[in-house]
Amino acid sequence: MIKETISIKNGESILLQDIPTMEYTDFKSEMLDLLKEEQNHCVSYFAFKRDSGLQLMACIANDHDGTIALLSHKMAVQLNPQLESLTQYHFPLHIFEREIYENHGIKFIGHPWLKPVRFPSDRNDQTKEINNYPFYKIKSEELHEVGVGPIHAGIIEPGHFRFTCNGEMVLHLEIQLGWQHRGVEQLFLKKENLLQRNLLAENISGDTAIGHSLAFVQIMESLGAIPVSRQLNLERAIALELERIAINTGDISALCVDVAYNLGASVFSVLRTGIINLTQEWCGNRLGKGMIRTGGTNYRLTPKLKNRVLAVLEDYEKRFVEMSHYAYKLPSVENRFDGIGVVTTKQARLIGSVGMAARAANVRRDIRESHPFSGFSIHPYEAIVLEKGDVFARFLLRRKELKQSMAWIRETLKKMDFTNQENEPPIKFIKMMPSAFSVSLTEGWRGEICHCAVTDENGQLAAYKIKDPSMHNWKSLELSLRNLEISDFPINNKSYNLSYCGHDL
Amino acid sequence: MISEIKIMVHNGQQFIPDVTTAEVPSPFRGKPEISRAAVDEKALAEVCPVGAIARNPVSIDLGKCTFCGECALAFPKKIKFTNHHKISTNDRNSLIIRENDFAEIMVHPEKIRAEIRTIFGRSLKLRQISAGGDGSCEWELNACGNPNFDMGRFGIEFVASPRHADGIVITGPISKNMAEALQVCYDAVPSPKIIILCGVDAISGGLFVDSPAIDRSFLQKYPIDLYIPGNPPHPLTIINGILELTRNKAF
Repeated sequence: MIKETISIKNGESILLQDIPTMEYTDFKSEMLDLLKEEQNHCVSYFAFKRDSGLQLMACIANDHDGTIALLSHKMAVQLNPQLESLTQYHFPLHIFEREIYENHGIKFIGHPWLKPVRFPSDRNDQTKEINNYPFYKIKSEELHEVGVGPIHAGIIEPGHFRFTCNGEMVLHLEIQLGWQHRGVEQLFLKKENLLQRNLLAENISGDTAIGHSLAFVQIMESLGAIPVSRQLNLERAIALELERIAINTGDISALCVDVAYNLGASVFSVLRTGIINLTQEWCGNRLGKGMIRTGGTNYRLTPKLKNRVLAVLEDYEKRFVEMSHYAYKLPSVENRFDGIGVVTTKQARLIGSVGMAARAANVRRDIRESHPFSGFSIHPYEAIVLEKGDVFARFLLRRKELKQSMAWIRETLKKMDFTNQENEPPIKFIKMMPSAFSVSLTEGWRGEICHCAVTDENGQLAAYKIKDPSMHNWKSLELSLRNLEISDFPINNKSYNLSYCGHDL
Repeated sequence: MISEIKIMVHNGQQFIPDVTTAEVPSPFRGKPEISRAAVDEKALAEVCPVGAIARNPVSIDLGKCTFCGECALAFPKKIKFTNHHKISTNDRNSLIIRENDFAEIMVHPEKIRAEIRTIFGRSLKLRQISAGGDGSCEWELNACGNPNFDMGRFGIEFVASPRHADGIVITGPISKNMAEALQVCYDAVPSPKIIILCGVDAISGGLFVDSPAIDRSFLQKYPIDLYIPGNPPHPLTIINGILELTRNKAF
C-alpha cells in the first residue's frame, strides 16, 4: 500500500495542492485501513465544488498522536454520479455519505440507509420534500406507529420522531430532522464580512455559542496566520468550561423534572442561573454571545472578574455538592435511570458516538485531551469515562465532568498571570491563505465540533463545513430506545440533549 | 426530610420578588442610546453586521439588532447600550431608536386589541413554536418558568397543545421547512388568539433575512401583538412584555 495521506494538527491550515488526491479505490482502502484502528475516527467527510468538478475530503482524527489525516478524491462532472458506499464497511460514515448524496447527488451504492438528512434549500433533488420522508415501515397487524412532532409538547426545537411499537414496547425509532434548516453553511459563503460570519457561528446552536464560535475563530486565525496570546487562549477555554458547567447543571435539572423530582429540578435550575449570569457579567450575554471574536476579545477576563469566577464557583459548588449528594442517591431517581437506554461500548463505537454519549459508554473520545486546542494545549485536561452507557451513566457523567471543569478552571486561574494585562482587540478583516484547507476541532459540551474551510485562489471562502456532535449522536438516541417502553423516551432524550439546529444548520 | 429542608434553607429565597423593578447588571446590553455626537455615519452603519443602523440621522432598529454591541465598541461617544431590559412593544416602529431619544419602549395600550386584556388579563396559556430558532430564545423562554423568574405566578404558562393555548410565541426566522407546521399549529389555536415574536430572528429574520431557506409569508397574514427583541431576549424582557400586554395595571 502506498502511503498517500498527509496529516495536520487541529487548527492547522494546508495548501490544497499539498493534499494528495487519490483514485476512489485507494481512497476507500486508505480510509478503511485507518478506520480499522480504534484510535482513529472520522471527524468530517464532505464534498465541495472545485475546478468544475467535485472534491471529496475526509478528515480522520488519530486520538493517540493528535494528528488529523486528510484523504481526498476528485470527481469530474457527470450525470448521476455513483460511488461505492463505505458505510457498509464502517458504519459511522453513514451520516456523511447521506449528506453528500443529499447536497451533491452522489449516489452511494450499497448504503443501507441513504435517506435525506435535512432537506436543505439547495438540495440536489428538489422533488424530495420534508413532508414525504421515507420512514422505515414494518408491516404487521400487531404493531402500531406513534408519530411525534415536528412541534413537541414543550419549549423545544422541532423534529419528527416515529416510533414503531409493539404495545408499550418500542421496536424501532426513527428521527427525521431538517425542520430547523436556515442555510447556515450557504450563508457563510454569502456573507463576506468577518463579524457576520462570527455571529453566524455563534448562532449555529445557541446553547453552544462558545463551542462553535471557538471552532470558527480557530479556523480564521489559522487561515489568516493571526497569533493569539496565551492569556486569550486560556480565557477562551475558561469560557468554554463555564458553558459546559451551565448546560450540564441545566440538564441534570431537566432529568430531575422528567422523573418528577421537584427539589432537584428547582435547585439545579437555580444553580445554572448563577453560572449563566456570571457569563453575562463577563460578556453581557447569558449564553456567551459576543465573547469569542477573531484575533482578540472585547471582554477581557479582568482580575476583578477572575475573583468573581472563583467566588461564584465556590458558592455554586457548596450548594451543588449538597444537592447532588442527596439527589444521586435517592432511590426514586436512581431506579428510574439505572439500566435504561443502554448503549454498550461496542455499540457506541459502531455508531461512532462522540462526546458525552461516547464517554458514558467507555469510549474515550474527548478533543480537549486528544487534540488539545486553545487553553487545553497549555493546561492539559484529563477525560472522564464511565462504563455502563445507560441514562444513569449520562446523568452521572454530567456531574463528574462539571466538577472536573471547575477543577480545571481553578487550577488554570491559579497559574494565570493577571499583571500587565494588555488590550487585545478583535481584528476586523483578515487575508486568508489562498487555495487552502483548514480544520478546527473543539470539544463543546455535547462533544466534538468540527469546522472545515476551503479557500479559493483569491483567498475567499469556497466551502465551509460544520459538524455538530449531534450529527453522530442522534443515531445513538434512536438505538438506545429499542426494546424500551415508549414512556422511557423523555429521560433518554434528556440524557442526550442533542441539538436540532446544529444538525439542521 | 431533614436533609431536604436543609437544602432548601441553604438555597434561600431565589425568586425575584418584583420583576418590574428588577435590574440586570452591566455589561448586559439592553436598550441602546444614541447621542448627538458627530461621527462618520457611513462607517458607523457599516459596522453593523445586520444593517440595523440607518443614517442621517442615526437610528437603530432593535427588530434587526442582534445586540452584539460592536457599534458601541467602535463609536462609544455615539452609541451606548444601557442595561435597561424593558424593550418589548406591540408597535414595530417603537423598536427604532433615534438620536437623543430616551423615551421608554413600551406596549402602547391604545394599540392593544380590545379582547386581549379582558380575556387574557388573568391567565394566559401559550404555545411555543420554534421555526429555525437557534435554541437560545427557547432557552430563555424556558428560563421564564424557572424558580428565579417564575412566570407561572402571573398565570402565564406554556402548554403542550395548541388546543389549550391562547396564542403562539414564535422563535427563529421561520424556516421553509417549518412554514407549514407553523400554519397548522396556529390554525389549531382557538380564537381569539395572539401572536408574539420572540427574538431578533423572529422579528426581522436577523442574520438569516437573506437566506433562501426561510419563508416569512406567515407573518404577512396576521397582526402581531408583541415584539420581544434580543438575541436572545432576557427573561425579564419577555415577562415584562407579556405582562404589559395583558395587564391593566401593576400586578
